[in-house]
Amino acid sequence: MRVTLWGTRGSLPTPGTDTFAYGGNTSCVAVQGYEGTLLVLDAGTGIRTMGATIGAEVRRVDVLLSHLHMDHIQGLGFFPPLYRPGVEVHIWGPVSTKLSLRTRLMRYLSPPLFPVGLRELPSELHLHEVPADDLRIGEFRIDAALVCHPGATVGYRITDLRGKVLTYLPDHEPALGDATFPSRTPEWTSGAALAEGSDLLIHDSQYTADEYPGRIGWGHSSMRHALDFGKLTGARHVVPFHHDPGHCDAELDRLLGAAIAEAKPSYRVTPGREGTTFTL
Amino acid sequence: MSGAKAIPIILARQLASCVAMPILLVDVEGNLIFYNEAAETLMGQRFEETGEIPAEEWNRMVTVADENRVPLADDERPMRAALLQRRPVSRRIWTRRGDRPWRQVQVTAFPLVGAEDRLLGAMNIFWEVR
Repeated sequence: MRVTLWGTRGSLPTPGTDTFAYGGNTSCVAVQGYEGTLLVLDAGTGIRTMGATIGAEVRRVDVLLSHLHMDHIQGLGFFPPLYRPGVEVHIWGPVSTKLSLRTRLMRYLSPPLFPVGLRELPSELHLHEVPADDLRIGEFRIDAALVCHPGATVGYRITDLRGKVLTYLPDHEPALGDATFPSRTPEWTSGAALAEGSDLLIHDSQYTADEYPGRIGWGHSSMRHALDFGKLTGARHVVPFHHDPGHCDAELDRLLGAAIAEAKPSYRVTPGREGTTFTL
Repeated sequence: MSGAKAIPIILARQLASCVAMPILLVDVEGNLIFYNEAAETLMGQRFEETGEIPAEEWNRMVTVADENRVPLADDERPMRAALLQRRPVSRRIWTRRGDRPWRQVQVTAFPLVGAEDRLLGAMNIFWEVR
């Protein structure tokens, strides 16, 4: 599979000359299978430019939403396939205890927040709730599980026909309530089953170690937590992701560099930058 | 990974680890999967020493009796009842581990029900009656 980062920023789009290298668009990752299956992970503002690369010959796209916080759905209304008659767009998102996925998405995709309602979209729209048993999309097997983040939030483990594994945990706070994280075994750690032995792990790394104590419970990880999580789960390659809007390029270079130097990971680490492609 | 815990169970453990009330967590089969530091006094052992305890062993280890010290049937134990009936159970009981002294406690047990009405286990909070 080929994995391309189209939006790596957390919480809020952060355009500007000082965020150009890591990117200012919010979460969006494209996964292209060798047999043509196209998955889009999250619909942050990065989905607009990603969607512009989808040719008219593509008849089906699957958008997998980790959760419905604004930075993960804000770009949905600007996703070109939604406006193409006859194109199948499948949107997958976390189940809620109260409201359907359609109802929750319509809160955003309807006036006054957005001029076009879900019902008006000319594409063939299909909505699905996850976790779901034995979920397969094209050539991919998808495992989804609820993870630690405020509100219903899932992470995804995507396995291709060759057995290569991508795990996507963009908003994740496995250290919540565990002051000495990672002190517990993987089975007692949020998201660990999804990430176990991943070839590529894209993981929340929003805060510095100094910032995290003031933001406990907000649903995110420190850079060090992301690296420790990678070690705990035996990941082969970790991509720190969901960068804080307050961290400019120079700061991210310095902060991530320091976190990596301190953690001394035995696996590869590539800080998430918009436009980066990984081939598994 | 086998045995991966559901997020509500992980969060319940994290909550239990941060509070001073004795708390026990059981899974849907009634296996004791965690107890916090405050509960270690009642259990007489640290969780790190025992690890998870299968339901049968747990039921053998601890006698649970009503206010007259008449032992309760397994299905009447508050934790088990909360699981079976999927509702909170609160009652005063006597409890005893092995031949140690009886202790009277007020227990509140409630089921942990996840998305799509899936039963995940139960949380049990104890207050010692003095």
